[in-house]
Amino acid sequence: MDPEARQPILSLRGISKYFGGVHALENVDFEVYPQEIVALVGDNGAGKSTLIKIVAGVYQPTKGEIYFMDRPVEIHSPHDAQNLGIETVYQELALIETRDVPANFFLGREPVRGRLGIFVDRKKMVEDTVRTLKDLGIVLPHLRTLVRYLSGGQRQALAIGRVMPWGGKVIIMDEPTAALGVRESRKVLDLILQLKEKGCSVIVVSHNMRHVFNVADRIVVLRGGKKVGDKKKNETTPDEIVKLIVGAEML
Amino acid sequence: MEHPELSSQEERYVEPSFAVRLARNQLAALLFILFGMVMVLSLLTRTFLTANNIFNVLRAFSWIAIASFGQSIVIISGGIDLSSGSNMAFSGIITGMLLNSGYSITFSVILGLAVTLLVGFFNGIMVSKAKLPPFIATLGTMSIIRGFCYGMTEGWPIRSLPRGFLALGQTDIHFFLWRIPLPAILMVIFAILCFILLDRTKLGYHTYAVGGNEYAAGLAGINTGRVKNIAFTLSGLLAGIGGILMTARLGVAAPTAAQGYELDIIAAAVIGGISLTGGEGNVWGALIGAAIMQILRNALVLLGFPAYWQPAAIGAVIIGAVMIDMYRKRKV
Repeated sequence: MDPEARQPILSLRGISKYFGGVHALENVDFEVYPQEIVALVGDNGAGKSTLIKIVAGVYQPTKGEIYFMDRPVEIHSPHDAQNLGIETVYQELALIETRDVPANFFLGREPVRGRLGIFVDRKKMVEDTVRTLKDLGIVLPHLRTLVRYLSGGQRQALAIGRVMPWGGKVIIMDEPTAALGVRESRKVLDLILQLKEKGCSVIVVSHNMRHVFNVADRIVVLRGGKKVGDKKKNETTPDEIVKLIVGAEML
Repeated sequence: MEHPELSSQEERYVEPSFAVRLARNQLAALLFILFGMVMVLSLLTRTFLTANNIFNVLRAFSWIAIASFGQSIVIISGGIDLSSGSNMAFSGIITGMLLNSGYSITFSVILGLAVTLLVGFFNGIMVSKAKLPPFIATLGTMSIIRGFCYGMTEGWPIRSLPRGFLALGQTDIHFFLWRIPLPAILMVIFAILCFILLDRTKLGYHTYAVGGNEYAAGLAGINTGRVKNIAFTLSGLLAGIGGILMTARLGVAAPTAAQGYELDIIAAAVIGGISLTGGEGNVWGALIGAAIMQILRNALVLLGFPAYWQPAAIGAVIIGAVMIDMYRKRKV
């Protein structure tokens, strides 16, 4: 890794999140360095989704601080996160099935034209969508196709592709390969590596050890809302990670 | 698609075939049905395709259609507005009472519309802030507003409205050879405005997004409560406009007016391909849906069926239209 990568781009310190009496996260520290792919692993209910939703601005932490590029920040909404340069690809894909490709590509931040600033610049939407998809080598049917008619892989490609043009410095991906076949998964993993080459940092939540060890530089393990492991990939093994996920005492 | 991997490679920015696009286009299908009805009726009757009859039909469904545009916006945003029939009666009564107290036409109409706009806003607040299901919230306001209509008039219709006001519903505008009813012209203007709002503005994009997948819209940073609020407010306003035109046409503001119209208004949207699950359709569909219903009523009269049978025919059309729509979506 290059020398200036010493300073983390994103740093969570002592993050706790309580939902009523449920402690979803308990005093978790989490860093992401520039141009690094961090895998976030753990069993169901370990707190992975809660952690990334805090970074994405969907939840606010009960306790703890977030630093972005060494500045303390508060992320109150998805827009706050996007403005900082944090983009998220959700597990549920978060696409609107009843809308076409460009409408989903620009969901929530449609470009406007004219003095009133209320009319959507459809031409720019279509052009930018075509350009980004071509740059990434993503193949979709005609852009006017509703997302309803796209396959699982095409939807995933769209969900990932649409975070690309915004110059995000940190990209969060929640289970990006969960619903995909072998070939489509390969494509998504390639996209993640491409992102890293372009200078982004990526947080990948995944259950698939093969995929994790394929792309990640570092692996962070959560269990019961606490961080129980933080290993560089080349200093650990899938076996060790699995033991951390389920709790070593159980084996 | 039997070979998903193969086809995703082949389909690089290929336009779907004309037939597929036509079948996917609900408006084309609706226009086809409408055109078919007009053809059959012109052959079967001498009176249908006369300018007089056509303009009567236009005038008769213009109020329903205008209220249906507001309903469409709400349904597209994922809600439903059962209070639109009551709102139609309410705007007429408020305006009628003010007119009979000697206020100017402009003032009375604006206040009548302001009141239904507020009712719509209140619906929106109940749905977006109090998180009531739209069906329940607007079922409540439907009854509350109807109660106000009866209470404020003590059950008596308001008559002897000034001639200047009645002109709103009864004037015809000369256009080439024809005399087109003013409500029909207003209907087209509101259809265009609602279409632009939904299809071309950021708010419209967000309305479709909230109705299509509210959770996803929220994750994308869209203020879903605000979108719903605006949708209900517009529905209140447009129902009010429909009510004013209805009152001006009938010449009387009755507390019983527009009873049950909310179902016709919803039916127009549904026949027009606006899915009750939200996120789909447009106001042209609602306009054509309202037209199909009214032409059907007109046809039954012209063909000599007793008027009592009309609801049965309308019901059959609603079921048929939705089935065709579902089949179409599954097929392509």
